[in-house]
Amino acid sequence: MHASLILRVSAPLLLWVPMVVSFYLLVRGHNAPGGGFVGGLVASAGLVFFAISRGQTAALRLMRLPPAAWCGAGLLVAAGSGLLAWLDPSAGYLTHRWWFLDLPVKLPLNTAFVFDVGVYLVVIGTVTALVFALVAEE
Amino acid sequence: MMDATDMPLALPLAAVMLAAGLAAFLDGRRAALAGCGMGGLAFLAYALVLPAVAAGPVASGFWAVPSLGVTGGLRLDGLSLLFALLITGIGALVLLYAGRYLQGDPRLGRLVVLLLLFMAAMLGAVTADDVVTLFVFWELTSLASFFLVAYDHEKPGARKAALQALLVTGGGGLALLAGLILVAMAAGTTSLTGIIAAREAVLAHPAAVPAMLLIVLGCFTKSAQFPFHFWLPNAMAAPTPVSAYLHSATMVKLGVYLLARLNPVYGTEGLWQDLLAGVGLLTAATGAVLALRETDLKRVLAYTTVTALGTLTMLIGVAPELSATAAVTFLLVHALYKAALFLIAGIVDHETGTRDASALGGLRAAMPWTATAAVLAAFSMAGLPPFVGFVAKEIVYEAKIASDGGAGPVVIVGFLVNAAGVAIAGLLSWRLFFGSPRPTPRVPHDPPLAMLAGPFLLASLGLLAGAAPSFLGDWLLDGAAGAVLGHPPEVQLKLWHGFTPVLALSLATVALGMLILRLWPRLLPRLRATERLDRIGPGHGYERAMAGLIAWAEGTTRAVQHGDLRGYMRILLLVVALGPLAVLVARGGLALPEGAGLDPRAPAFGLIALGALATALARSTFAAVLAMGLVGFGTAIVFLTFGAPDVALTQFTVEVLLVVILATVLARLPLRERDRRSRRQRAGDAAVALVAGSSVTALLLAVLASPFDPRLGVWFGENSVPGGHGQNVVNVILVDFRALDTLGEIAVLAIAAFAVIALLRGAARPLRTGS
Repeated sequence: MHASLILRVSAPLLLWVPMVVSFYLLVRGHNAPGGGFVGGLVASAGLVFFAISRGQTAALRLMRLPPAAWCGAGLLVAAGSGLLAWLDPSAGYLTHRWWFLDLPVKLPLNTAFVFDVGVYLVVIGTVTALVFALVAEE
Repeated sequence: MMDATDMPLALPLAAVMLAAGLAAFLDGRRAALAGCGMGGLAFLAYALVLPAVAAGPVASGFWAVPSLGVTGGLRLDGLSLLFALLITGIGALVLLYAGRYLQGDPRLGRLVVLLLLFMAAMLGAVTADDVVTLFVFWELTSLASFFLVAYDHEKPGARKAALQALLVTGGGGLALLAGLILVAMAAGTTSLTGIIAAREAVLAHPAAVPAMLLIVLGCFTKSAQFPFHFWLPNAMAAPTPVSAYLHSATMVKLGVYLLARLNPVYGTEGLWQDLLAGVGLLTAATGAVLALRETDLKRVLAYTTVTALGTLTMLIGVAPELSATAAVTFLLVHALYKAALFLIAGIVDHETGTRDASALGGLRAAMPWTATAAVLAAFSMAGLPPFVGFVAKEIVYEAKIASDGGAGPVVIVGFLVNAAGVAIAGLLSWRLFFGSPRPTPRVPHDPPLAMLAGPFLLASLGLLAGAAPSFLGDWLLDGAAGAVLGHPPEVQLKLWHGFTPVLALSLATVALGMLILRLWPRLLPRLRATERLDRIGPGHGYERAMAGLIAWAEGTTRAVQHGDLRGYMRILLLVVALGPLAVLVARGGLALPEGAGLDPRAPAFGLIALGALATALARSTFAAVLAMGLVGFGTAIVFLTFGAPDVALTQFTVEVLLVVILATVLARLPLRERDRRSRRQRAGDAAVALVAGSSVTALLLAVLASPFDPRLGVWFGENSVPGGHGQNVVNVILVDFRALDTLGEIAVLAIAAFAVIALLRGAARPLRTGS
C-alpha cells in the first residue's frame, strides 16, 4: 500500500487521538456512554488506520504482541477479574468487589473495571486479527 | 458356582492393554518380544483356570451402567476359554514371529501395539457376558483389523482392502448392534447368560425373527460367509503375521463364536438351522473352488479359511448333538494348522522372495525345518491319522451323516470340499517342498528360530493332540461343546473308530484329493476360466455399490455445496425469514399493534429506508457500500433519539470501522464493477429480499402487539447504582449483572478471531508459494 508522505509522517502522531479517546471511553464507561467494547473498537480503528498509513508490519510491531495474544490476554484478564469474588465464600463467580479509597482524589478501585479492560483487549485483538488477515500483506 | 471362583477376569485383559500402551515406547524388536512375553503370560493365566472352568463357568464383574440396565460382566466358560487360549497362545507365537519377519521395519513398533490391542479386544469379546461389552470389543477388533490391513498404507491396494474389510465387517456390526438391542429388550437384560436363560421370552418377542436375522448378518460379515466372503482374500494385503493371526485363527472366528454362543437360544429354530447350514455349505463350496484356482499362497490359504468358516457355520446349524463337539474340535484344529501354514507361507515368501505356488518347488533341501513343519501342518489339514485333523474330520463326517434332513447334500458337498482341502494341503507341502527345485528370486534357507518356533509348535500340537483326543476332550472341548449345546455333550473324542463307513469316506476323500493334486496344473486354466463369473459376484457388487455411493455423494455435493455465494445467501435468508414466520403462523401469533401513531422521530427511519433502497438499486459495488453506510448511520440516529446513547455510540464506531475496513479491502477489489446479474436473477433476488423483509416486518409487528413488560428495565435501573456502583445501566449489566454472559461473548469473539487467522492464513499460504 502506498500511502502519501504526509499520511505516513503524521500517522504516529494521529494515532494518539483514537488511543486517548478509546481510553477515555473505557474509563468513563461505568457511569456514562462508553465502556470496553466501544473503547476497543475506537482503539482498533486507530490501529487499522495506522496499518493503512505505515504498513501492517509496523502496526504489528507497535502492538508488540500478535492480535491472537491480545485476545488471549483479554480473556485471561476478564476471567481472572472474577476470581477475587471468592474473598467472600458465599459470593458467586464474577461478583465484583469494590474498594472506595479515600485519598485526596476519590478513587473507586473495583474488579468490574478490570473485567471491562479484558473486554477492551479482546475487542482490539479480534478486530485487528480480522482486518490484518483480510488485508494480508505479501 | 459363580461366587466360588470369583476371579479377576479383567486382569489379563488389562495387562495386555497395558502392554500395548508400553510397547509404544519400545523399539520394534523389543516391543515384539515384550508383547510375546505378555501373550505367553496371559496364556498361562488362562491355562491355570482350566481345571476351575472344567468344573463350571467363572464370572467376574467388569463395569456396569445400572441406569441403562447394562450389566457388563465377564464370564469364562469352556467356549470362551478355548478362544482365550487360542488368542493368547497364537498371539504370543505370532508376535515372536513378527519381530523377526519385519525386523528393521520402522513400523514394527506400531504393528506390535496394534496386535496387542487386537489381542485385548478379542479377549474382551470372547469373555464378555454382556452384549454391550461384546459389541464394543467386537467393533474394536474390526478397527484393529482395519489398521493392520492398511499396514502398507502407501499402497492404494492395501488402503482399499482395509476400507473394504472395515465397511463389510463394520456394516455387519451395525446390523449386529440392532439385533443385540432387540434381543436384550426381549430378554429384559443385556447379560448373555440372562438372554440364554430367557430363551422363551426372546423367541416369543414379536421382533424375534428380525433380531435373529440381524445378528446372523453381523456374524456372517465378520466370519466372511457367502456372499460376504470377498473381503477376506483381499485382507491378505496385511503382513503375513497379521493374516495368520487375525484373518485365519482368531478374528474371523468371532462371528462363529457368537453363533455358537447364541445356539442354545436359537438352536431348535428351523430358520436358524436352515440359514446356517445352507449358507455355511455354500460358503465352504465357494471357498474350496476359489482356493483351487489361486496360485498366490496367501490367497489360497485365505480361501481355505473361508471354507473352514463355512464348515463351522454349517456345523452349528446342523442340529444333532454330535455337531457341537465336531464344531469346537474343528475350530481348534483349524486354528492350529492354518496359523502354522500361514506362518510357513510367510517364511517361504520371506526367504525365496515369491509366494506364487506355481513358481515354487523342491524347497526341502534348502529349508528342511520349514519343510518338516509344513508337512506336519498339512497332514493335520488333510485329516490324516494320527493328527488331530483326522479326529476332527471323522467327527465332522459323523455329524454330517447324522444330520436329519438334507444329510445327502451335506455329506456330498462336505466330501468334495474335504477332497479339495486334501489337494491344497498337498499343494502346500508336497509341491512346495518336494520334487525338483526351481529358481527363486532369493537363495532360500531356513529362517531363524524365532520364525520357525511358531509354525513348528502349532504343527506339533496337532500331532500331540491327535494322539490323546480324550484328554483334549475332557479338559477343553467338552466344556466348549457344552456351551454351544446348552448342556454337557455325550460324545467321546476318539482317534480310532474301527472300520466304519466314515473311515471309508475318509479314505475316499484322501484318494480324490491326491487325484486333484496330480491334475492341478491341468485343472488350473479351466478353473481360471471361472474368473469370468466374478463380474456377477458379490465382490463386484461391492465395487458397484461403492462407485454408486461416491457418485451420489458427488451429486449431492454439487447440488448443495455449489460454491455460488448468492445461492448460499438465498437459502440462508429464506430459512431465517420463513422459519420463525412459520412457527408464528402455526401458533396463531400474527397480530398488529393497536393505536400506534406516527412517531415524531420517523425521519430517521426514512433515512434508513432511503439507504436500503439506494443499496438495492445501486449499479456499482462502491455505491452500494456507501448506501449501506447510510443505513448504518440512520440506525445509529434512531438509537440516539430513542434514548440509547451507548448503543448509538457503538453503532457509529462500527460504521466508521466498517468504512475503514472496506476502504482497505476495496482498494484491492474492482471498485467500479458493474452489476452483472441478468434481469431474471435480479427479479429472483428482489423476491427473496421482499419475502425476508416482509417476514421480519410481520415478526416485529407481532412483538410490538404483545404488551411490553418493563420489569427487567425497571429492576436494572433501580439496582444499577446500589448494586453495581455505576450510572450507565448498559455497562453495569455488561460487566456486572450479566458478566458471565459477556465473558462467554468475548470468548466467542476470540475464537472467531483465531478461526479467521487460521483460515485466511491457510488460504494465503499456497498463493504465496504458488507465486
